Amino acid sequence: LRKNVEDFTGPRERSDLGFVTFDITADILNGKKFGLQTFWNKNTLIIFDWNVKQLFLYLSAEYSTKNNALNQVVLWDKIMLRGDNPRLSLKDMKSKYFFFDDGNGLKGNRNITLTLSWNVVPNAGILPLVTGSGHVSVPFPDTYETTKSY
Amino acid sequence: LCWPGSGGIRGGAAMDLFGDLRRMNKRQLYYQVLNFAMIVSSALMIWKGLIVVTGSESPIVVVLSGSMEPAFHRGDLLFLTNFHDDPIRAGEIVVFKVEGRDIPIVHRVIKVHEKGNGNIKFLTKGDNNEVDDRGLYKEGQNWLEKKDVVGRARGFLPYVGMVTIIMNDYPKFKYALLAVMGAYVLLKRES
Repeated sequence: LRKNVEDFTGPRERSDLGFVTFDITADILNGKKFGLQTFWNKNTLIIFDWNVKQLFLYLSAEYSTKNNALNQVVLWDKIMLRGDNPRLSLKDMKSKYFFFDDGNGLKGNRNITLTLSWNVVPNAGILPLVTGSGHVSVPFPDTYETTKSY
Repeated sequence: LCWPGSGGIRGGAAMDLFGDLRRMNKRQLYYQVLNFAMIVSSALMIWKGLIVVTGSESPIVVVLSGSMEPAFHRGDLLFLTNFHDDPIRAGEIVVFKVEGRDIPIVHRVIKVHEKGNGNIKFLTKGDNNEVDDRGLYKEGQNWLEKKDVVGRARGFLPYVGMVTIIMNDYPKFKYALLAVMGAYVLLKRES
């Protein structure tokens, strides 16, 4: 459902700061609503039904470091209202929020997983959180960048 | 609930009511009071039951600000759970209390750092805010912990919580409502 491209890192005082540029290609219209297909005779479930007010999409980076067994950082988010184009095709996006690690766990970290997830906000009712299928692993380099090219 | 004297005799019905009240003997009065107490206790039990079942100290909350628009607006009602084993993950909507403040805040988790032993610290931000919530936390506090969480938003109903907000902003309305409800229950007669 999604593709990404990654980049580099830089240190800031005592915590690592990562810079990631990415592309997102997603087709949310046919995405899962509750994390499982509830219609067996169809292959897809239309996500924007009458009870969906909006989707809160977010791209999160998940990784482990020496300091922390699990880290999750939201890099980018977007609100998609019912009626908006459900096909995303974003290129060369920079992360909206600073990708700070709690410590220095980004340098040389080979396995940062970027996943696209969304929170379904109904007109009334349950608020499910769904993870899109497809994710990308991104390695960070072993050295810090000293040039400010971001 | 049946109202004594039906149709058309409005003034007469009111007079009947007060007449009834004066004629009510002690036993009927005690019965009415007990009835009232039953209703209040049942409401309390349902609320406490919800607290136990959801694990949250406040399983139903009203959204007070516009910081989570356009998902939630002022006056919307949120249903929370706070199960101990539920991990806190990025993207979840949590209701938390800042130490020293009474008012809980409902925002989204945007950063999570969890240690092997289960120790979690996380950062939140309102969807409609430009910056994260560090400005709202206590002086010197940079992260929230599990103990600050009142619950996770699992379901929601729009507009319904407006009644609570109105009652808060206009206390006279609250007293009037309570008085009317009290009078109605005390004076209602099983016909």
